[in-house]
Amino acid sequence: MSISLITPQFEVLRDEKKCIQCKVCVKQCANEVHRYDEEDNVVLADDAKCVNCHRCVVLCPTKALKIRNNSLEFRDNANWNGKAINEIFIQAETGGILLSSMGNPKPFPIYWDKMLLNASQVTNPSIDPLREPMETKVMIGRKPKKLEFDKKGKLITEIPPQIELNMPIMFSAMSYGSISKNAHEALARAAEKLGIVYNTGEGGLHKDFYKYGKNTIVQVASGRFGVHLNYLEAGVAIEIKMGQGAKPGIGGHLPGIKVGEDVSATRMIPVGADAISPAPHHDIYSIEDLSQLIFSLKEATNYKKPVLVKIAAVNNVAAIASGIARAGADAIIIDGFRGGTGAAPTRVRDNVGIPIELALAAVDQRLRDEGIRNEVSIVCAGSVRNSSDIVKAIALGADAVYIGSAALIAIGCHMCHSCSTGKCNWGIATQEAELVKRLNPDLAYQKLVNLLSAWNHEIKEMLGGMGINAIDSLRGNRLMLRGVGLNQKELDILGIKHAGE
Amino acid sequence: MKKVYAFEKNCLGCGLCEVYCKTAHSKSKDIIKTYRKENITSAIVIEEILSPKAKTYFALQCRHCADPKCVKACISGAMYKDQNGIVKNIKEKCVGCLSCVLVCPFGAVKRNKDKERKIISKCDLCIETGTPACVENCPNNALKLMDEEEVK
Repeated sequence: MSISLITPQFEVLRDEKKCIQCKVCVKQCANEVHRYDEEDNVVLADDAKCVNCHRCVVLCPTKALKIRNNSLEFRDNANWNGKAINEIFIQAETGGILLSSMGNPKPFPIYWDKMLLNASQVTNPSIDPLREPMETKVMIGRKPKKLEFDKKGKLITEIPPQIELNMPIMFSAMSYGSISKNAHEALARAAEKLGIVYNTGEGGLHKDFYKYGKNTIVQVASGRFGVHLNYLEAGVAIEIKMGQGAKPGIGGHLPGIKVGEDVSATRMIPVGADAISPAPHHDIYSIEDLSQLIFSLKEATNYKKPVLVKIAAVNNVAAIASGIARAGADAIIIDGFRGGTGAAPTRVRDNVGIPIELALAAVDQRLRDEGIRNEVSIVCAGSVRNSSDIVKAIALGADAVYIGSAALIAIGCHMCHSCSTGKCNWGIATQEAELVKRLNPDLAYQKLVNLLSAWNHEIKEMLGGMGINAIDSLRGNRLMLRGVGLNQKELDILGIKHAGE
Repeated sequence: MKKVYAFEKNCLGCGLCEVYCKTAHSKSKDIIKTYRKENITSAIVIEEILSPKAKTYFALQCRHCADPKCVKACISGAMYKDQNGIVKNIKEKCVGCLSCVLVCPFGAVKRNKDKERKIISKCDLCIETGTPACVENCPNNALKLMDEEEVK
């Protein structure tokens, strides 16, 4: 290959008036963008290597650095824009599929932002959560159709196992391997402190984290990495991962370079071996097969733990969810197309799956129509960005939400979409010891606790505004939502009225 | 007595402690002016292990020893241990003999780069401002101001 046609995506702007040649940027950039020239006493940058992760920008003591989109402009063309052209350059040079990380960045409609919440005025009083009790605790799991009591008023109905959450938020599955041990520690400790749960992802559970079992969901995915009896019994629930919103229909591939001693021991695979998660579970080709795995896991854990099934939001999601409910799952996780990932083929990430808001509304409606909504909890995943997204999700029918990207952003992720390179400058999506230590779990866990405490407070404020004092009273209460700028079909699927109606 | 402790498992080797140490001990207290116009030696230094491709870093500065060798070695009486246990150096008395640099077992006393007058530079725990600048500005909490019991 003679000359690369790929142009730098970003340019590093250094204000020479402010630069003191302290070389913090040089030491901190894992992509080796910055270099110090001793002869001229100047710090220089190689724009082509920059991924715009902001590590240097944030750490520069004089704030001398700015990263801009490269101002190199192709001739205006709405169809053949710079991105489309550069992607062709890359594939023409490499011959490989394009890889991306995190969630779908394309400008598809964000329905959260086209729905508005109700509030009480005059005829029903709003509630001040600082003065009056407000409940945000939720239970995830199968609920009995009815409750029966004996003559003394004692409950005789057996309640299936539940996950108790202090707020309707959980940390979504991110495997040890895709993210660092320090990131996992931060999530586990925050979950413990907040009284919620985090999820191991498909990479097994590190031996140091068994002590957070009461706040852990263990995942069983198609690769079956790190699955053994102690693992299944370690958490409060078991999640079967059938699909992932970022890459529906696609498996996973953790490159061998990230499989060091610790990851190897946790995943139970050789050091340096690629960890391939097949696209399907090779023992699941029907709802009946899924049912068999659900009950195998329940049998193995003596029916003491709820079994959750996670699927990506795709075309027939409502029918699929109905099948999963009937297969015996205690909760269904629906992961929308904006959900994040450590690595996915770009074309899949950007073009496969459907918006979570529509999928969630469709699933909740279908299960209610079939009279089986009580048999499963619904967890909404795939780019829940803030507390109002959560309130809207619950009003659309979710029992709780999963947050992944938001949690990573809280601990430093700057959404540079470069997780797959393994050179995360923030110590999150990397296994390089020198980079991992950049994420101090003591600081990171506190940030997660802060974020979710704030969100829980905001949820209470919004509930209070609607005159509701328990999150359970909001669930599926779509009258609390109104659409703006949506067509009739969208409103019908969401099951909400247009603003003004 | 509280001292600055460095936690190697959290140290990134970014060098921000050095930047803020110099600034805190400058006349201008401005980072850019400190670097451009004042020639200050940082009292805290990032040490790299396994150079040149360093894997481990830790920040090194005065340990404020119980029985400081630098104080014993000082020929002019500039170096002394105050009632709080902090080892201090009176610039006006320092004659620049560098005896303290020679005897410090940690290499924590440095010669000042100031060309006008050869004196030494060492950690004073930023007594004037309260919290040491290095501790305050460490991005990863790798430096902490603690007493010996807290460390244990």
